[in-house]
Amino acid sequence: MHVSRRSFIRGGVSAFTVTLAAPEFLCDLALAQGARSRNLVVLYLAGGNDSLNTVVSYRDPFYYSRRPTIAVPAAQVLQIGTDTGGNALGLHPRLTGLRDIFNQGRLAIIQRSGYANSSRSHFQGADIWGTADPNSPSSMGWLGRYLETLPRDPLSAFTTTRDLPRALMSRQVAVPAIPDARAYSFASPNTGEEAVNERAAATRIASHMPVERPQLAFVNASARAALDTLDRVATFANYTGTLTYPNNGLAQALRTVAGSIVRGLGTRVYWVQTGGFDTHAGEGAQGLGAYATLMSTLNDSVIAFYNDLRNQGLLGDTMILQFSEFSRRISENGSNGTDHGAAGIMMAIGGGVRGGIYGSAPSLDPNPANPTLENSGGDVRYEIDFRSVYARVLEDWFGANAVPILAGDFRAGGPPIV
Amino acid sequence: MGRGQPQTAHVLRRGSFGASASDLKAFERYSAQAVTEYLLNVDRQPDDVDSNIQQSAYVSVTTRSGQFQPNVNIDDARQRWLFRMVHTARPLQEKMALFWHNHFATAYSKLAGVVPGVQATKMLALVEGELPGPRGQLELFRQMGLGSFRDMLIEVARDPAMLVWLDGRLNFRARPQENFGREVMELFTFGLGNYVEQDVYTAARVFTGWNLRLAGGTDAQLPTTYYEFFYNPAQHETSAKTFTFPIYADGGTTIPARSAADGMQDGLDFLAALARHPETARRLARKLWNFFVSEVNPPADEFVETAARIYLQYDTQIKPVITYILQSSAFLDSANWYTRYSWPAEFVVRAIKEVGWNGFTVDTARAAMINMGQTLFEPPDVAGWSLGQEWFSSGAMLARMNFAATLAANQRVNLARDAAVAKSSPDDFVSYFIDRLTASEFDSVPYGYLQGYVSTGAAWTGSTAQLQAKAAGLTRLIVGSSEYQFI
Repeated sequence: MHVSRRSFIRGGVSAFTVTLAAPEFLCDLALAQGARSRNLVVLYLAGGNDSLNTVVSYRDPFYYSRRPTIAVPAAQVLQIGTDTGGNALGLHPRLTGLRDIFNQGRLAIIQRSGYANSSRSHFQGADIWGTADPNSPSSMGWLGRYLETLPRDPLSAFTTTRDLPRALMSRQVAVPAIPDARAYSFASPNTGEEAVNERAAATRIASHMPVERPQLAFVNASARAALDTLDRVATFANYTGTLTYPNNGLAQALRTVAGSIVRGLGTRVYWVQTGGFDTHAGEGAQGLGAYATLMSTLNDSVIAFYNDLRNQGLLGDTMILQFSEFSRRISENGSNGTDHGAAGIMMAIGGGVRGGIYGSAPSLDPNPANPTLENSGGDVRYEIDFRSVYARVLEDWFGANAVPILAGDFRAGGPPIV
Repeated sequence: MGRGQPQTAHVLRRGSFGASASDLKAFERYSAQAVTEYLLNVDRQPDDVDSNIQQSAYVSVTTRSGQFQPNVNIDDARQRWLFRMVHTARPLQEKMALFWHNHFATAYSKLAGVVPGVQATKMLALVEGELPGPRGQLELFRQMGLGSFRDMLIEVARDPAMLVWLDGRLNFRARPQENFGREVMELFTFGLGNYVEQDVYTAARVFTGWNLRLAGGTDAQLPTTYYEFFYNPAQHETSAKTFTFPIYADGGTTIPARSAADGMQDGLDFLAALARHPETARRLARKLWNFFVSEVNPPADEFVETAARIYLQYDTQIKPVITYILQSSAFLDSANWYTRYSWPAEFVVRAIKEVGWNGFTVDTARAAMINMGQTLFEPPDVAGWSLGQEWFSSGAMLARMNFAATLAANQRVNLARDAAVAKSSPDDFVSYFIDRLTASEFDSVPYGYLQGYVSTGAAWTGSTAQLQAKAAGLTRLIVGSSEYQFI
């Protein structure tokens, strides 16, 4: 059995080794796309981020009256100015790095983003954000549909989570899940030629796509997605960066993403996420406590990634897009937490991002007639359709046609973040 | 050794975790129906599997600092559960415990962020009587998993692990806490579409005062102290509570105002209503179809309606429903064989049972399962694991392939010795492993690749070294194949 092998050496780094697992044109494709291709890093805050404490409308008296314990004191917020509605805003005190990025004009804050009749279910909410379809959130993902428009490359996207998020699901593209790049390698009970033969056989077996057993074809496609990307993933598995990344899951995932960007493998979409945002209890007080810890993790991870790319002149190629499945109720509950709510904030960060504050903060006046709230004044009502933000990313960042991808024209009203 | 009667093997993959050589021998003369009877009559089999831990002839566990402490160390609790899955005489009990663990998904990491790890492990895995305190959540599922769903739901609502996981311990009168009240409707019973946002607010009020307290001492770091449920009347909100769906058999939708002392009845009434709601019955019927019959072929409406009717007719008892399912023609239909995507726990246990365990530790499986996406006692969120296709991200599939490699390498000597009966030719050798490792059918093309693998390299001699290399390689290819990932 003959295994064709070909190695590429580029910039002193072995870019990747190709076996028969990957057609050779992919090598050229990856090189052609190269380090200069634009990429998107989705940063998903799982659990429903309490965005009223992320970006604080610190002159709204109702913010303090409805959150007597968990409100961030006005004196602590990192002031970033006022929005078009005249609301003075400040970042959570732990977001010092994001404040710096904001001051550099590279952080866009999109307020009150969401959709009508917001789901308060984590799972339905996550599916709606993943599919960009509030009416039928069980279809394929919006980014999966974008990937289908690109030349086929098994590494055109990857997630750093164990499960593939719905946003990256596609009927045509098997997106790799690489939760731990160092463990993303092929193990064999044998060594030497026997192991090589075994890998070749595994690849051939996984290449079988029986039409009458689609479930088997699906799993084979996943196996192929692994086998076809192993060698390229190995080129950045041990990437450490130009600085020390914090020792938390989010930062380590971003380090892996940075490694992939620096190696220039042509990956266009990355998914990273961090959890713990389902803060029903014990959010903390005085800008301290559990929510402050979440903010520190977010801030320290993002600033490390941002600076690492900046140090290597790659910031202009990357956009981070942050969101969560919903925000939380305005009033705190009796256990110093907040329950499931509605519209929240999105953020975009990157060298190509037009920073600033988009949209206006809600008034937190619980009067049921308050048009910026819903659910009898209990939750924040959306103002900016999240799909209009997706449309901006697809069109202005990726140069794609957002209309077929989002199955509708949501471009109007999208904040000009690029 | 072989895979046994095909229908019997199917029953054992679904109602158990596959069959070891000794299982096959034990069931040699059983019809599929008799195996089903055996599985269902859980109480007729001994409940002594734990006594075999650390005995030779069984899969090993790995001790830390010389001790195996499954009641207070979460990794040891994981090992104990995997051990049970491999060796239990009551496999359906473990299978249902796994099902309910996913249904009432509760994660250790949040618990351990609130209470010491010792207590968090006890909350999830304590075997009653081995240390002071109430049984762990897993034992609740093992004891009640085939009984009344209503009774189990009530026990779950009072379960210390759940009271931490969904914050019930902090549900107080003045500003109720919605976490449990929402999820008990959305995920544990009838599901989205059967309630409105106002019902979430009201359900939160129902459970005010269902709190938790430390007992048996004051130092939670000690394994002798424990947390227990307590109903705190002073924190119960006593006014009447009206829902948009019936709470009482007469159709009444309002839980009456009660004294604080009697207020716990609010929750019992509410949970009983959820348990007997027809949409809960249907939702459980669909989940059980996917678990036992097929994830590829959807259930007929008639199946769902019949299973739901039995559930309601038998006052929410689960065993009659499972009996109906396992005896249904749909379950036995060969069109539904191998149409269930195995969970990582099912995959590793079946592989161990079929490949062998002499000299293997379940701790290796426990560690490998992390990258397969299933750490026991650590579901990703309250909705449980994403099942079906979603188990099979590329990284997770790679982890399964690599586990197959680890197990095959560990068992190479035993495998080669067993397969020596088939050493006359590479094709016989492949046949032997295809028979022993019960993957779904390989089409002729991939089957040819298996044969090609064995024939590649040095000429076939059947030497011990060659048998060991090829036995391990072939086992790895089969157990790591997509064909093997279905049960």
